[in-house]
Amino acid sequence: MSLGQEKRSQIGLIFCYTIIAIAIVAALYPAIWIVGSALNPSNSLYSSSLIPENASLKNFKDILTTKEYHYVKWYINSIKIGALNSFFAVLLTSLTAYVFSKTRFWGRKYGLMTFLVIQMFPGIMSMVAIYVLLNMFGLLDTHLGLLLVYLGGAVPFSTWMIKGYFDTIPSSLVEAAKIDGADRFRIFWQIMLPLAKPMLAVVAMMNFINPFNDFVMAALVLRSPEKQTLAVGLYNMINSQFNNDWTLFSAGAVLAAVPIMIVFLSMQRYYVHGLSAGATKG
Amino acid sequence: MRSETSTNVGVGSNQARNSAILSTVVMGLGQFLNGQYVKGAIFLLYYISFWFQSPSYFIENIKGLITLGSNPEVDHSIFMMIYGIVSVVLLLVAIGIHVFNIVDAYNNGKKIDNGEEVPSFKDSIKNMMEIGFPYIAISPGMIMLFIATIFPLIFSVLLAFTSYDLYHSPPAKLIEWVGFQNFRDIMTLSTWRMTFIKVFSWTVIWTISSTVSIFALGLFLAVVLNHKKIKGRNILRTILMIPWAIPAFVSMLIWRGLLNYNFGQVNKLLAIIGIDKIPWLEDIMWARISVLLVNLWLSFPFVMALCSGVLQSIPESLYEAAEVDGASVVQKFTGITLPLVLRQIAPLMIMQFAFQFNNFGIIYLLNNGNPPQFGYQGAGGTDILISWVYKLTMDKLKWNYAAAISILIFIVVAGFSIYQFRRTNSFKEEELS
Repeated sequence: MSLGQEKRSQIGLIFCYTIIAIAIVAALYPAIWIVGSALNPSNSLYSSSLIPENASLKNFKDILTTKEYHYVKWYINSIKIGALNSFFAVLLTSLTAYVFSKTRFWGRKYGLMTFLVIQMFPGIMSMVAIYVLLNMFGLLDTHLGLLLVYLGGAVPFSTWMIKGYFDTIPSSLVEAAKIDGADRFRIFWQIMLPLAKPMLAVVAMMNFINPFNDFVMAALVLRSPEKQTLAVGLYNMINSQFNNDWTLFSAGAVLAAVPIMIVFLSMQRYYVHGLSAGATKG
Repeated sequence: MRSETSTNVGVGSNQARNSAILSTVVMGLGQFLNGQYVKGAIFLLYYISFWFQSPSYFIENIKGLITLGSNPEVDHSIFMMIYGIVSVVLLLVAIGIHVFNIVDAYNNGKKIDNGEEVPSFKDSIKNMMEIGFPYIAISPGMIMLFIATIFPLIFSVLLAFTSYDLYHSPPAKLIEWVGFQNFRDIMTLSTWRMTFIKVFSWTVIWTISSTVSIFALGLFLAVVLNHKKIKGRNILRTILMIPWAIPAFVSMLIWRGLLNYNFGQVNKLLAIIGIDKIPWLEDIMWARISVLLVNLWLSFPFVMALCSGVLQSIPESLYEAAEVDGASVVQKFTGITLPLVLRQIAPLMIMQFAFQFNNFGIIYLLNNGNPPQFGYQGAGGTDILISWVYKLTMDKLKWNYAAAISILIFIVVAGFSIYQFRRTNSFKEEELS
């Protein structure tokens, strides 16, 4: 009896390891392949082995120095827009979230409903309007225009997430500080913000990665090649000349992905927690 | 109104009503009547400047919004729409201020009726800071939201009821209001109707199968990884997170290369085991399978991470008790794991439905919604509604139809969301009280 059970659990364990091994191969294969093709000094996709024998860093050097593509500029643009968006989104939404979470005022309900309703509209819907408006104010093909679009879009979701986190901080803490004579801004700055650091970090990360990943708005607003972001630049690179520059694209893609991956993997625990907390809290 | 019951029945017995009436007619007068001269003067000044400056401007613009212009080349319908919306919004704000002024006069008048002291200007300011704090604090975020998101949305919603497309585009041509004609056209004109039905049904299939497959695989891997005896669980889990960590646009472009018919790695691997080349991105059925598989690859880590968290919170004692009762692995899964996990992640699953319904990125970046379909109005074989909207906007230049379809998308997504809030109830009971 106990022997049979032992055997069964042994089989179960082997089964589990097999599944995990298959999943890991499937998950890593594209990543390893892109690294391999980035290391391939020839220019085509016709590489038979996963990691080429004559591997070299030539493609990385080329993508950073080529005159044909503004890769370095795209990189700087992406980082710049992402960082600015992340900073201002946290700045704008943390105070808003605090007010929505810890004060009761007329219109609060409508404000929260507005956030929810706005998120139900597809963002692509506003493309024409955004184009016309930015054109009116001369903000087409500028990073400022694109940043404004991202920031406006970041408000509902970010506010909602931070508010969800503030909701879990007991109101008695705020009351106590009030009795001690702290005004509301000080309560926000010195008590609530430090407590919400994990969530602020998640929101900051999301608001960095979203613009970094965004293709639609960036392609709409930014027209001149040297102003574009990585997403648009890399897309155009292989959409136009698929075979020729594949290995060059690979090097660019690897360089673009690595920093994001590191940040993301180190923070995914908080991220998942924040998302599920935000969702179950409503 | 309740002056009979107040202690000070005399001169000011109808102060509340009177000052409210005065303030309704001319802003600030009620405040004067209540003896709040500074406040009254500020309201009055604002009122005078408003009437000197704005009415004709407002009326002009709102008229423009209604007519959308009458002279092609001279009147620019799009700008008229924008100015018109701005004017309506500003007018609403002005009305809001006016109402506030009436309420303020009424409340202070009531204080006089009740024999109380009317607050001085200094006190009013203090009071204002107290009540106004929330509004001042949220205004930067809300203004940003309004300018960059709400305003474009209003504009886009209105576009759905106009004739704005390539052939009706200012400055050469005027735009007209057409009511529900665009919706009617999409539903009745034969090719549009056919395209809409085809795209819509694929969108529904896509939404359901992508969400279900992601959750099935994510949960399955989470359960497998949760096996007590597996070593290095955390490292393995982190490795499996990698598809999620790679920026989505990068991995989709990589998959484009991998699935390429002629020199893609996938077809090469298949050739090794003796399978013919598969047109992953060229044939409509294979292209649909491709987007589902790539999306599965991209999204399962998210669900896996979620489920892992839930699994770890299930007390071990439950499984031990089940084992004592002689439950099999399958029974433990369906009796304990599945119900507990589902209850926790159900709201996220519904959110995922809404997300996949609008998952533009994968459809467009993987294959541009292709393969192209003959007779479709601009939509390809893997296009879902949202990517069709994108193509209508960028390629077909049918901005009115694009807006109309967007509204239909909104209705579907709103349905999901309302269902979720009904279910969780959190919104009704605690959040909004």
